Amino acid sequence: MPQPLIDIRKLTVDFDTGRRIVRALHGVDLAVQPGEAVGLVGESGSGKSVTWLAALGLLGSRARLGGQVLFEGRNLVGSAVAELEAVRGACIAMIFQDPSSSLDPVYRIGKQLGEALQLHRGMAGTAALAEAARLLDRVGIADARRRLGDYPHELSGGMNQRVMIAMALAAEPQMLVADEPTTALDATIQAQILELLQEIRRDTGMALVLISHDLGVVAENTDRVCVMYAGRIVEDAPIGTIFAEPAHPYTRGLLSALPELTGPRRRLVAIPGVVPEPWNLPRGCSFAPRCAAFEAACEAAAPASVEVAQGHWAACIRAGGRNL
Amino acid sequence: MNAPLDAPLVQAENLVRHYRVRRGGRLFGEHATLRAVDGVSFALQAGRTLGLVGESGCGKTTTARLVLGLLTLTAGTIRVDGEILPGAGTARWRSLRQVMQMVFQDPLAALDRRVAVGRQVMEPLAIHGIANAGERRERALAILHSVGLQAHHFDRYPHELSGGQRQRVVLARALILSPRLLVCDEPISALDVSIQAQVVNLLLDLQAERGLAYLFISHDLRMVRQVSHEVAVMYLGRIVEQGDPDLLFAAPAHPYTQALVSAIPVATERGRKRLILKGDPPNPVSVPPGCAFHTRCPMAVARCRAETPALRLLDDGRRVACHLAPGMADA
Repeated sequence: MPQPLIDIRKLTVDFDTGRRIVRALHGVDLAVQPGEAVGLVGESGSGKSVTWLAALGLLGSRARLGGQVLFEGRNLVGSAVAELEAVRGACIAMIFQDPSSSLDPVYRIGKQLGEALQLHRGMAGTAALAEAARLLDRVGIADARRRLGDYPHELSGGMNQRVMIAMALAAEPQMLVADEPTTALDATIQAQILELLQEIRRDTGMALVLISHDLGVVAENTDRVCVMYAGRIVEDAPIGTIFAEPAHPYTRGLLSALPELTGPRRRLVAIPGVVPEPWNLPRGCSFAPRCAAFEAACEAAAPASVEVAQGHWAACIRAGGRNL
Repeated sequence: MNAPLDAPLVQAENLVRHYRVRRGGRLFGEHATLRAVDGVSFALQAGRTLGLVGESGCGKTTTARLVLGLLTLTAGTIRVDGEILPGAGTARWRSLRQVMQMVFQDPLAALDRRVAVGRQVMEPLAIHGIANAGERRERALAILHSVGLQAHHFDRYPHELSGGQRQRVVLARALILSPRLLVCDEPISALDVSIQAQVVNLLLDLQAERGLAYLFISHDLRMVRQVSHEVAVMYLGRIVEQGDPDLLFAAPAHPYTQALVSAIPVATERGRKRLILKGDPPNPVSVPPGCAFHTRCPMAVARCRAETPALRLLDDGRRVACHLAPGMADA
């Protein structure tokens, strides 16, 4: 196994709400190899975003972290702000769902890009301007020179997301974490942005973590997928495997809840019930109350992740043929 | 429509809604016309579902609001059971509104946070002066039960319910007047994947039990196919393709429908060739001349820039507005 680019080990996050302490992540293990594309899927509140915000130290003082996030041999959990800042943006960049709220509305695009270039590459003046124009051109914005003078509100949602990607590329990072990058965009614009991310990855060999609630988006753009539920990774498998042989009942449930675009129409198989609240998790396996394969043993303890096939892990007591 | 008995529940003919705006958003800017809906026609039979799809700004929601009479028409007519929809605010319109209800995308915004959900479900009965207090409560409990909620939910407040439960409350409130048409504007977009399937199944069950007709608006083509008997694809205020959803999504005829279908990420077919459109949809204030789609269409020819294609019937029963659609090249 080659040395992973980033290795998250037993990461836990507790939020202090003032009244109580709520655990949002229950020990997440996730390693990303250089150049690899990993998808993270799950419903709202499952911990997809929190995992990466925690890894990059972006959660603020209300969050208490446990476990390790190893990047180039250093543990980012608990490191000083200066050390985190050397990694954030420079080595690992992150883009978010709503580009227009990530960009500052009162500054021109060129100035915001210039800031990133100054910060990460020490560029200023005409050199920064030329590089900013090159980056905009790189992300497919026509007439880049002129666009540098635009404000975010003068650009469409898709264009603003391109600007965010350009900014993320400013420091030539080794990895990009894209948190629902196309959720706020229309279908045809989503296709453009995903195509752009693919193209950049082909050219730069950058690793990609794609966080999405859409299994289809992840399937087309990553090599491996981690399915999260209630603060845990419940299944981790190569893309081809997860659709052909899902091992966790939650993954199977998600797949049968999705309608198809062609072929015969079938009634959707909904997962009953709702996602549990983080302060009110059921005993044992968090998915047990909604699970079609529930048995008494599920309530004994949260199941550990087991390797059901090469590179395919699932956290279910029935996974791996032990009880099937 | 000579025989009202055979008339569709809703017949929309050439709906037009224009807005006068100032160009550039400036106070002294030149006047311009925003063509939100520009000649939309369809018929919706009782007990059937018409899906409206398209990207933001294509006029889906405006069409829905026109159908309910919540917006006044610039031109065109809407008939409900063969009767022309009376103006909003008139007594006849109010009584027709019992027949036509709306379900919105964000259930939390559609509900009053300070009022227990049971009272909100009963409210339409009070507004229309139906039944006495005891009967209203009984009916509300019955309708909550039929959308999959229980009696103890009656006294809960919206924040105490999950997203899926809130959308069930919104549905219950819309159904309590026993409408014949529900206009659903992105009813499941705000819900998680596992909950979307629950709500879609509920919508289908309610349709089977009550013979409801749905005008179902969504950007999710797969969900639209799941619920619709017919689908209409809109682009910049016009319908560009309309017909049987199985046919339309399996073999789209209009290049815009092709692009929409091809933009859907498919889990099982990696690396397929997809049709990626260039640029953003044009501003509806300056709709391109000719075919409005020609600026982004990979197949556009000279004629597309000059002549607006009409919606024409193809042999397989669908309608397409494209000069180059198969079987229409010489039309």
